Amino acid sequence: MSKVMEKKNVETSVENNKVSANTSKKAGDSSVFMVENLNLWYGADQALYEVSMEVPEKKVTAIIGPSGCGKSTFLKTLNRMVEMVPIVKTSGEIKYRNENIFNNKFQKEYLRTKVGMVFQKPNPFPKSVYDNVAYGPRIHGIKKKEVLDQIVEKSLKDAAIWDEVKDRLHENAYGLSGGQQQRVCIARALAVEPDVILMDEPTSALDPISTAKVEELVQELKKKYSIIIVTHNMQQAARISDKTAFFLNGELVEFADTNNLFQNPQDKRTEDYITGRFG
Amino acid sequence: MDKGLQSDRNQLNVQELIENNKRKTSIGAKIERVIPWFLLLCAIVSVLTTLGILFTLLRESIGFFSDVSIWDFYTGTEWSPWSGSYGVAPLIGGTLLITLIATIVAVPLGLMSAIFLSEYASDKVRRIIKPVLEVLAGIPTVVYGYFALTFITPMFQGIIPDLGIFNALSGGFVVGIMIIPMVASLSEDAMNSVPNALREGAYGLGATKLEVVFKVVLPAAFSGIVASIVLAISRAIGETMIVTVAAGATPNLTFNPTESIQTMTAFIVQAATGDTSFGSTIYYSLYAVGMTLFVFTLIMNLFAQYISRKFREEY
Repeated sequence: MSKVMEKKNVETSVENNKVSANTSKKAGDSSVFMVENLNLWYGADQALYEVSMEVPEKKVTAIIGPSGCGKSTFLKTLNRMVEMVPIVKTSGEIKYRNENIFNNKFQKEYLRTKVGMVFQKPNPFPKSVYDNVAYGPRIHGIKKKEVLDQIVEKSLKDAAIWDEVKDRLHENAYGLSGGQQQRVCIARALAVEPDVILMDEPTSALDPISTAKVEELVQELKKKYSIIIVTHNMQQAARISDKTAFFLNGELVEFADTNNLFQNPQDKRTEDYITGRFG
Repeated sequence: MDKGLQSDRNQLNVQELIENNKRKTSIGAKIERVIPWFLLLCAIVSVLTTLGILFTLLRESIGFFSDVSIWDFYTGTEWSPWSGSYGVAPLIGGTLLITLIATIVAVPLGLMSAIFLSEYASDKVRRIIKPVLEVLAGIPTVVYGYFALTFITPMFQGIIPDLGIFNALSGGFVVGIMIIPMVASLSEDAMNSVPNALREGAYGLGATKLEVVFKVVLPAAFSGIVASIVLAISRAIGETMIVTVAAGATPNLTFNPTESIQTMTAFIVQAATGDTSFGSTIYYSLYAVGMTLFVFTLIMNLFAQYISRKFREEY
């Protein structure tokens, strides 16, 4: 069962760490993630090959690439959500703030309170707006109503949706529009005050106006949070990100400042992709 | 041969063929028109049967209530039809006692099984356990009855020495076991249909598996779970063979589960298989008791519908 499987993954990766631990350099103060030689398999199919990258703090890092290139898989590995698929195996290491997240002692629940996630399709719980946002704080033991009230208000304000929902906090979140639901989901992620926010194509199910609002919000959020965003949309990556990583067939082809990557790609494959020759 | 086919095809005009076939299928068109009526007829059979049963129950009950007053029937506390007392309370009490014991057994076990199957078991384990669990539902109830009488009762007698051979405890316990698959299977379906995106949302906030199960999956599946429990309870109310065999035939207004009792269904069996003469008061009392039973299960079913509408979490 999945528990057993997870443990196995950890063990294999720990063994691999022994090899790479000596060679890996310490992450600088300005990076949240240090990924080193990450390989990932779904059963026998390898989805990621020797990915190494350093994710900077309080910046927006975009991950682009054609469908099936492993960009979502990579994102979900960062908070170990990828292990929801029981047949996943990994090797290599990911350090979050200098701690290896595959280490036995490192709890994935702790990781996920530090590294929040916003999903492709808005997925509010079938509860009130208030209960959605209060869910995270509640499961981590915050029970006092006054405290929760404050957290909910602050999170909804930070997610730029407070004005739209303040009179319907106790109505079901499913009554909101898709764009509003997605911002409630962002508020839900903000409510536990994470360090990093992972966004998995957060605007692909939204209309252009909602998309613009979420993009604007991302610009606001990067003042306080480190954001990693997977996107199908290259214009979006160019608009909102500071750094961009280009994935192709499970490999990290190029990782550079967004301006450089789009204006002066070093790799032929990157150039082909951003000029629309494939994908 | 291939070549022949090829050239044939080149000469064929598909539209022409369809036209030709259309002329032939005028009978088919008639069938098309008749079929819905035929299907409607099939559907009406069960509706008519229900109405027929209801009509018979009502008519014969009215016959009974001209002999025995409704007031005496529902407020009397002694049921001994062979000596002329028709107070239905002991039978209702017996039925409720059995149902209560069965619910106490089936709801926790069924729910926990459902949680295990839906949230913890791997596909392989689920594929083995679920069918085995559902086999429980296919065992004839008379077999359950003898299982209660010859296995469960002696077992309980080891713990409770003065437990009688016929007692409500074993009967209720085994009725509970019988309805576990109903609770487990229907609740598991309800939990399974909770979208994975909701689970992911909670995991993404650092929830543990237990928190996901109890604070996301169960609330989202609540209406389905309640519906499954209420359906199982109404099955327990109507259960006949197990209680006839194992719980005895002593109409007894008691809530002591170690005593022998009689349920409404068990009385119906007793009276219907004995030498009750047609047209006697006892004969008519069958229908009054049946009517009461029907009202009970009807209320439970309406209640199930009300609950599942009221507490539905839309997703």
